[in-house]
Amino acid sequence: MIDTLRLTAEGAKELLDKGEVSGAELFAAYQAVIGDRNEELNAYLTLADDPGVTDSGHAEGVPIALKDVISTKGVRTTAGSKILENYVPVFDSTVAANCKAHGLRLLGKTNTDEFAMGSSSENSAFGPSRNPWDPSRVPGGSGGGSAAAVSGGLAPWALGSDTGGSVKLPSAFCGNVGLRPTYGTVSRYGIVAFASSLDQVGPVTKTIRDCAFLYSVISGRDENDSTTVDVPEVELPEGDDLRGLRIGVPRQLNDVEGIEPGVKRAVAAAIAHAEALGASVDTCELPLSVDYGLPCYYLIAPAEASANLARYDGVRYGLRSPGDTFREMVMATRHDGFGDEVKRRIMLGTYALSSGYYDAYYGTAQKVRTVIKREHDALFERFDVLVSPTCATTAFPVGAKTQDPLAMYLTDVLTIPSNMAGLPSLSIPCGLSDGLPVGLQLIGPQFAENTLFKVAHALEGAIAFDFVPERLR
Amino acid sequence: MAITREEVLHVARLARLELSGDEVARFQEQLSAILDAVSKVSELDLSDVPPTSHPLEIANAWAEDEPHRCLTLDEAFANAPDRDEDYFRSPPA
Repeated sequence: MIDTLRLTAEGAKELLDKGEVSGAELFAAYQAVIGDRNEELNAYLTLADDPGVTDSGHAEGVPIALKDVISTKGVRTTAGSKILENYVPVFDSTVAANCKAHGLRLLGKTNTDEFAMGSSSENSAFGPSRNPWDPSRVPGGSGGGSAAAVSGGLAPWALGSDTGGSVKLPSAFCGNVGLRPTYGTVSRYGIVAFASSLDQVGPVTKTIRDCAFLYSVISGRDENDSTTVDVPEVELPEGDDLRGLRIGVPRQLNDVEGIEPGVKRAVAAAIAHAEALGASVDTCELPLSVDYGLPCYYLIAPAEASANLARYDGVRYGLRSPGDTFREMVMATRHDGFGDEVKRRIMLGTYALSSGYYDAYYGTAQKVRTVIKREHDALFERFDVLVSPTCATTAFPVGAKTQDPLAMYLTDVLTIPSNMAGLPSLSIPCGLSDGLPVGLQLIGPQFAENTLFKVAHALEGAIAFDFVPERLR
Repeated sequence: MAITREEVLHVARLARLELSGDEVARFQEQLSAILDAVSKVSELDLSDVPPTSHPLEIANAWAEDEPHRCLTLDEAFANAPDRDEDYFRSPPA
């Protein structure tokens, strides 16, 4: 009997290597759990058939779930949108192809806020996903389906995509490990585009070692994405020695308004663990990045989104609504196919880019982005890693913020600044607050993923967080 | 910063987005609140700050000019709402 709630991807690989289970048995075990729990959690939108022997010839492989913004050849890819409800890609994204080449078997496609725009998964056209720790609460967003699948035992690991925090936030809310890699280390070829200067695909896993391994699978320069670069070789972390490591605790990220006492306590305890393992810890300041990060993001990301989403015109693929003229058809298609939040962001982005407002909004936001980048760069002259909560709160109830877009946007106030600077960051579980997981965010300089893995692995051992949701133990 | 109903309709036309009467009213209110919040970026003195359009400094990412396999016509049309032989078909302009 395979306990999919406990089994890590590394553990699954070991079972396969020893011949204790076959790839087909492992796949079937996850399918059975999906059959039991997906109705409650709504983690998957589409299930894939067991591929059996994959393209690479690897007959045996660990299963994986992919967020539904990741194009998968022959498997429906909706991006959580009605406009792509029946879209079946004719090619694989680079990350999906990389997973196949490593013999990973696709379990299915996971739920997301429409076009990855949201912090709760409630903007999905196919209904919200639910948090396995408490199904009355959201799993976070946008990649709520991937996080719910991993913590609910419906997948050993998964991929998400992170623009403003869509890997980190759901990982924090569901007690998973989630990496937002350095911009440019993971190919965006075949990823349904949201904001191209920010989008990055990243792993959602139960352990740091699984995260590092999956990052090694998906990262690297890709000739199909000219923004990718050569990536330092990934080191699977071992040991727990943090002597010599300098940790910065930015005051503005850690004392953010509205922070829950339980979140503060869990983060403080994690920082104390790091000190006990030999790291030096000092407070520091990020005054502008935190105050101006969110407004900067909500100009740049919608602006890029409004351009990227212009492609949904009812001509080449996707939904088409009737109209007597070309323009009427396009406008009707976009009215019928896009949900409320996507329309709001297209409107905001179009406004920010429109004649007379471009300099005041988009141009100014790009300059603020420079300020944010410089502020982080200066801190990395003194520190190896910065730490903070991933979110000021734990998972909130379904429906709590759906009527107030600005309140929903504020959920990402701590994950956005480092994303604007193109930095890698990792969310790891660091304890519980009122029975719900708390995420610790670790931020490094560009291309310092190995440092993040090393620190996180040491903390993982010290914190000894049990990643199986209490009600399912 | 309040935006007018006319501005909402103008932006919706630019974005090729048909909006219902309810949506126009709701977006007018919500976009005004959001624009108020994001206008915060104008508080900073940015006169000597260059813009960042991209987090990495990559220049001239060339690819070899070699032919690759591309999609077949049937693949390219596989998701099209309407097709007329080798063309996408749409209502008249």
